[in-house]
Amino acid sequence: MENFLFIRVARAFGGEMKIIVLAKHAPDPQSEVGVASDGKSLSLGAAVFDINDWDRYAVEEAIRIKEKLGGEVVVVGVGKNCDDTLRKCLAMGADRAIKIPLDAGIDAYQIAEVIAEAIKNEKFDMIFAGLMSQDMNNGLVGVLLAGMLNLPFATAVTAIDIKDGKVKVKREIEGGYQEEVELPMPCLLTIQSGINEPRYVSVMGIKKAKTKEMKELNISPKSKKVEVVKMYLPPVKKAELITGDPGQIATKLIAILKERGLI
Amino acid sequence: MKVLAVAEHRFGNLNPLSIELLNLANKIGESEAVVIGKDVSKFASELAKHADKVWKIEDASLENYSPDLYVDVLSQLIAKVKPDLILVGNTAMGSEFAPYLAVKLGAPIVTDVVGVSKADGLVVSRYVMQGKIMVDLKVSTPCVLTIRQGAFKEGVQKTGQIVDAGIKPSKSAMRKFIGYVEPEVGEVDIAKAEVIVAVGRGIEDAANIPLAEELAKLLGGVVAGSRPVIDSGWLPKDRQVGISGKIVKPKLYLALGISGAFQHVMGMKDSELIIAVNKDPEAPIFGVAHYGIVGNLFDVVPELIDKLKAIKK
Repeated sequence: MENFLFIRVARAFGGEMKIIVLAKHAPDPQSEVGVASDGKSLSLGAAVFDINDWDRYAVEEAIRIKEKLGGEVVVVGVGKNCDDTLRKCLAMGADRAIKIPLDAGIDAYQIAEVIAEAIKNEKFDMIFAGLMSQDMNNGLVGVLLAGMLNLPFATAVTAIDIKDGKVKVKREIEGGYQEEVELPMPCLLTIQSGINEPRYVSVMGIKKAKTKEMKELNISPKSKKVEVVKMYLPPVKKAELITGDPGQIATKLIAILKERGLI
Repeated sequence: MKVLAVAEHRFGNLNPLSIELLNLANKIGESEAVVIGKDVSKFASELAKHADKVWKIEDASLENYSPDLYVDVLSQLIAKVKPDLILVGNTAMGSEFAPYLAVKLGAPIVTDVVGVSKADGLVVSRYVMQGKIMVDLKVSTPCVLTIRQGAFKEGVQKTGQIVDAGIKPSKSAMRKFIGYVEPEVGEVDIAKAEVIVAVGRGIEDAANIPLAEELAKLLGGVVAGSRPVIDSGWLPKDRQVGISGKIVKPKLYLALGISGAFQHVMGMKDSELIIAVNKDPEAPIFGVAHYGIVGNLFDVVPELIDKLKAIKK
């Protein structure tokens, strides 16, 4: 209770911020990804895993706010193999990590549910999530969590300004426009890529990360909202391929451009 | 099956995706639309041409979009109408409030859907891995789906009835709308260019941008980029091609090291000639390009530059 009061007071004066950031350890879709032999799951044996790109921006943003205003950054990861990503966040400057060893696949509801349970005793000012995950592309976990916790929220955030206990944000909409809105705290924001320039992890950061807390919480989801029927490669019209060595390719390209009157 | 499509408007215009939602609704069953705002009569009339029924929800506090008020009034309407399926556009607006609505309804949600078929419940199709893989998911009804732009373009005409739902927000908005920020204006308007050399993550570094610039100059065009290039600050924001940047239709669109995420493709798919160079043979950009080169742009581009220079001489 004391702690809670302190944060309320600090918030009123624009002081220390406790921010929870959700970070996913995810395969890069531009690496080798495919469909497994069961036809229902991904084959990721040759895929390159890292922190989900949007989450990297979210973690950076939280750390910058902490560096400016003071406070704490707690990173939460869901997945049996998310340690590397959580350690990376700690090395970037997050203070502690919570790991929930659940592989929920595409079911974002389950992920949001276990996170809600994991953070129920954390008194936070803000929760940051990436706009979406680079593998499933659902764009769900953040807002589902906001719904479960009855928090005000905004998605695709491109700028954050904290003043007088309120958060003013810009969010990306279509056609190059942005929408500016103001939210009370606590609130949840999903972060758009490009909001900042995420830092590289330093050797010192990696050393420090080893001393930081990583707590594991075993939580089982209660609901199952979607069932995978099948996964497959999409039927696509394929471009006519131009082949050969680079010189031959360039010659063929020149011919196409000439034919079209482009040169 | 009863389907409720949530229409979207901004800057006084109905989003054409709202009609696409009704095209899908009409394929599945009874179609009802809802439009929310301060004065929505104009939008309701447009929607009525494609729906069995159009609900209007009007209030001064709904003049600007607010996710919590939208969810508040939609929850009231859904309790009254009891739809089996709720369709929302997968836009900056729709993708924001739809998951919150789903939680409040205790309903499943699937986002960015491109196919829907009736089964025991519903089977819906969507892409994962940024367009590389597709998944069919089974969901129970009632459920919420956000629908990808362009997936349901064909539809039937209707002459639906317009009804005032008589619903008002039950609370004030938690989130306050302040205003819109106009797009940045740069020295070049890429939307007017006849030739665009566009670079993606495959350009690897800011130091390689001049290579694209040299090629663009030889072709009489300009350099543009996909999101990762803009995010990294290698090109200014006004050079971004895509839904959240600019929509372009040049005579030639040369995509270098661009994977072809949907958000980007929607900004350039109507270009007259699309040539893509990418190392990954499975890159979705090859699904939209007319000609494709599976290879390293750093091998192909210098050769092309040399040959163009020779021609100019």
